[in-house]
Parts: sequence; structure tokens; C-alpha cells
Amino acid sequence: MTVAVVQFGGSNCDRDAVRAFSHIGVDAERVWHEDGLPSDVDGVVLPGGFSYGDYLRAGAMAARSPIMDDVREAAEDGVPVLGVCNGAQIGCESELTPGAFTTNASARFQCETVHLRVENAATPWTAAYDEGDVIEIPIAHGEGRFEIGEDRYDDLVADDRVLFRYCDPAGNITDSANPNGSRGNVAGITGERSNVAVLMPHPERATLPDLGRSTDGQGILSAFA
Amino acid sequence: MTSYTATVTVRLKRGVLDPEAETTQRALERLGFELEALRSADQFEVDLDADSADAAAERADEMAERLLANPTIHDYDVEVREAE
Repeated sequence: MTVAVVQFGGSNCDRDAVRAFSHIGVDAERVWHEDGLPSDVDGVVLPGGFSYGDYLRAGAMAARSPIMDDVREAAEDGVPVLGVCNGAQIGCESELTPGAFTTNASARFQCETVHLRVENAATPWTAAYDEGDVIEIPIAHGEGRFEIGEDRYDDLVADDRVLFRYCDPAGNITDSANPNGSRGNVAGITGERSNVAVLMPHPERATLPDLGRSTDGQGILSAFA
Repeated sequence: MTSYTATVTVRLKRGVLDPEAETTQRALERLGFELEALRSADQFEVDLDADSADAAAERADEMAERLLANPTIHDYDVEVREAE
């Protein structure tokens, strides 16, 4: 059982992801994008970072690199695929998931802990939680504002594809709890099928007990267990 | 074959928040300029050889569709002229 953490030039959360997986007992290894995905891969993570220096748009170049054909194929085969932060930007740019993550409303890079409300607990990514649970996970991004046309947003909500929304500590979805101006406070969504997910917050940074105040991210990564 | 330059201009769709443009506008206002609004856009100049201006425009259009623009947030236009 091996999860491939795809490393692009400029990825910088790939080692963190592998360490977090090792902590929860999931076998994971880094895979250089030019080498393609191993054929027997059991999961794929597109990690955070600044692939290709965020040239053009964050995630735009990596989304069009050849390994993404392998990732798309794995996703179609039902393999769990998770994009975190820059990986989420890559996921949307490659149309694995709808919408786009673009410049924060603040126009600033924001590195802080946020609260997320679990919107749909009936997915592999949220099975460890109950709907309405509030979890604490860090963000670190300059382009995390989720944008999507109104019709497509309504479809996402109607199809129960929103995984997490930014909320206050009590679980209220408010403008002031929205760190980046995302539509509907959306922090993470699934693809057409729930084995594909993208989210801007970093579960791998909230998994090791000695790395901060929360280990709430373990539940998300345990989708690969 | 003729040499052309295709200019692809990529803009945020109307109604999509542009925090960088807002910040730039505020900086201009701080410098004492009066302005109503400011929009930013990315422009790409692509030199290419094609059988006709239409063929050059079609190829540049596909470049915008597949990479230069993100249809979720962007509109774009393409202008083609013969290279100098």
C-alpha cells in the first residue's frame, strides 16, 4: 500500500506529507513528476509548495505536465487523489475539480491557523469526523480564494461536494472567519467522484503531535489508510 | 507561410474580485492621482508562422483556451498582425 506524493520543481510540502503519513502508519513515498506514477499506486497526493514558481497562475504549469495524465487515470480508476494548497490549485487547473483558487481578497500571503466546519462527513476525506464538527488546521497561501461561477457553485452545494468551510471556533460560517474571500467560505471540495479532493488548508501540518496545537488533520489523511 | 504576432490579452471576468488591481488603485490614489477604477490584464505576444491571419488567430485562441487563460475566472481576446 503506497501513496505517491508527487514532487514538482518547487513543491515544498512533499516531505512533510510523507512524514505525516508515516506517523499514521500509511506507507508513502515521493515520486518525481518526470518519472510518472508507479502503476500499482494506492493513492496520490499533490503536495503544497510553489510548483514552477507559480508562473502564469499558481498550479497552471504543473497541471499541464505529463504526470497529470497518470493522475487523471488513477482518479478514474477510483484511486484516492488529494491536492493540498498548491496541489489544490493544480487540481482545479487540471479540471480534476471545478473552480479556481486565486489571489486572496487581502492580496496578502496568509499563514495562520483556521477553523473548518465539516460539511459532508460521508466521504473518505471526512469519514473520521461528524458533519458539523469544527477542526483546526493551518493555511499558508497567497492564492486560496475559491472562485466559481454561481451556477456551478449551486451545483457543487446541491451535489454535496463541499467538504469544509472556513468558520469561527463555534462553527459559524461568517465573513470574518473567511481568511481569503472564498465563495461560500469554501475551503475544500471533491471532484465529480468523492475519491478526488482538493483543499487549501494543510492537514499534514496538523498531524504530528509535536508540531503545533492540533492533530485534526490526521482524519483527512487517514482516507489513505 | 507568413510570420505573424498574435497578441493574447487575458482579463479577469467582470465581477471577479481583483485584489491586486484594488491595491494598485489605492497606491495611485496615495500618489495623488484621481481615477474611477483600474483593471489589470496579462498580455502575451506570440510570434508564429501560419498560412493566414485566421489560422494564426485560431492557434493563438487554442493557446488561450488550453493554458494562457483559466475559463473559470478569465475572458480573453486575440489580435493578430503580420510580424514586422
